[in-house]
Amino acid sequence: MAPIAFRTAVRDALDEELAADERVIFFGEDVGLAGGVFATTTGLYEKYGAERVFDTPISELALAGAAFGSAVNGLRPVIEIMFGDFLTLAMDMLVNQASKYWFLTQEQISVPLVIRSVVGAGGRFGAIHSQMPASWFMGVPGLKIVAPSTPADAKALLKAAVRDDNPVLFFEHKRLYGLEGEANGEVGRLGEAAVLRDGSDVTLVTAMKGVHDALEAAERLEQDQISVEVIDLRTLRPIDTETVLASVRKTSRLVVVEEGPLTGGWGGEVLARITEQGLGYLDDAWRLATPNTPIPYSPPLEDAFLPGPEQIVSDIRRRLR
Amino acid sequence: MSETSTRVLDDLELYGVIYRQMLLIRGFEDLVQSLFLKGEVYGTTHLYSGQEAVATGVASLLEGRDRVAATYRGHGHALALGVDPQALLDEMLGRATGVNGGRAGSMNVTSPADRLIGSFGIVGGSIAAATGAALALKRTTGGIGVAYFGDGAMNQGYVFECLNFAQVLKLPLLLVCENNRYGEYTPFEAVTAGEIRGRPESMGVPAETVDGMSVWTVRAAAARAIAHVRAGNGPAFVEALTYRYVGHSRSDPGAYRPEGELAEWRARDPIVLLRTQLEDEGFAGSALAAVEQEVSDQLEQMRERGLAAPFPSGLTATEFKD
Repeated sequence: MAPIAFRTAVRDALDEELAADERVIFFGEDVGLAGGVFATTTGLYEKYGAERVFDTPISELALAGAAFGSAVNGLRPVIEIMFGDFLTLAMDMLVNQASKYWFLTQEQISVPLVIRSVVGAGGRFGAIHSQMPASWFMGVPGLKIVAPSTPADAKALLKAAVRDDNPVLFFEHKRLYGLEGEANGEVGRLGEAAVLRDGSDVTLVTAMKGVHDALEAAERLEQDQISVEVIDLRTLRPIDTETVLASVRKTSRLVVVEEGPLTGGWGGEVLARITEQGLGYLDDAWRLATPNTPIPYSPPLEDAFLPGPEQIVSDIRRRLR
Repeated sequence: MSETSTRVLDDLELYGVIYRQMLLIRGFEDLVQSLFLKGEVYGTTHLYSGQEAVATGVASLLEGRDRVAATYRGHGHALALGVDPQALLDEMLGRATGVNGGRAGSMNVTSPADRLIGSFGIVGGSIAAATGAALALKRTTGGIGVAYFGDGAMNQGYVFECLNFAQVLKLPLLLVCENNRYGEYTPFEAVTAGEIRGRPESMGVPAETVDGMSVWTVRAAAARAIAHVRAGNGPAFVEALTYRYVGHSRSDPGAYRPEGELAEWRARDPIVLLRTQLEDEGFAGSALAAVEQEVSDQLEQMRERGLAAPFPSGLTATEFKD
């Protein structure tokens, strides 16, 4: 199987799901004729026509409303909110309506919608085009948050998100779009973490771009005789506590590496769960996240801001000394 | 009826049904208010009294394939769509027999089986939901999406974005603005620049401003708008001038209203107007009196049944659909 880029995996997943189910529609800003500002939706408009794939005004309130309203009336919409930072505008429909409908209808009507959004720092986009919005949505019951790290997962989990009957936020890290890997046509499972590297000294839990930094760090730490087990959460909500707990039973140490502000992040939720359910196994547990400041623009400032491999290595060394 | 006058009620029997609906809505709101004062309805309520002609006039034109998004002042919208009055009352009372099992309460009533997508507690949210419904219905049932909203919503981003969105995509969307003159406690002129109708018109969306106290006027305007929408021409907009007889919510006595204003509007009460017109056009007074008695009896029975209904025991909600 020839490797494909992450952005192609996203495109292929949409293509296959549009082909598989007439109820699936896809719309957003510049996603049709232009094929997406990150070139993730090339050719879909031409293939499926303006009835199913279309460009919209720059109107995130209307976009989210159209997604919610059509999802509870028989369609399975996928929309693109161009940058995750713009999700603030779509939040009302998502938080106040879409995620509550299953509850209000007493489990009669679900809301099968997907919001794809480009997230993350490292692209020199500055404070308001680089954020990781996951933690804004962690406290919203009824919502799923998917955060893939590889082309294979991007494809399999986006297909799963489109087939899921609940509202799903699907995050695509902008620094992963060029990453290549194999991706088949399988439909993944939401809510399942993956153990990507076995280790015995410390469990490192992360997601998205952090997975690649973590694997690089684990490689280097191996030379120090520090054995790191790397877990890719893949879905941030609901969190696969079981996989993390099983690992911590073995390693007795937990570090969560999160791209996102330390305060209120999903890393804190992972720590809380493992502490509640596995305190007896733990010798140490901590978080490595970004500072509680906005994301800087200047390359040296932004690079230092993010928890890359260097920081992960030095942090784990210091902690395990 | 003089020989020169023309009939305004296009379907006498239908207006008899509408008369019953309007009485039911008014009586329902009075009942909710009295139960609220007794501590049997909780939190807050936003009553529809005075605005009955709008919901009943519009709903009289809707079909089974259409879908409606209501506001948090939505009891009238729900009843006009045929939501079971007992289940609606039980919802207000927080009972297990409520239309949403007591999970929703007054502001969030949802009943897709009755074409009611939901009642939207965020001002303007109904417009977005109906826009999405229109997007789906265009592809599925061929029905239209309908949004009710107040004058207050005219200053929300939802109105501008969804009007434009629906117009460029030519979505089958009917927008019904219930201008009851106050956005919460503030007169709409004080916080609204220009005319309401000018906003849809600036985007090429046909709009009419009509007397919202006269149900046949509302129905006629809605019929013109719906004809435009059903023909595939995109959205249409109706502004109905109306008045709420009570404060914004239960905590509001409406002290900001100029003296005499309420009396002026009450002089054109939509229910009294319709009753007079029905009699003028030959509907028997005894038949109207019989309807009034039936609705009154129905409400009394609803009150008793509602208060006797069980509360829900324990929340059994699941977070996700498998």
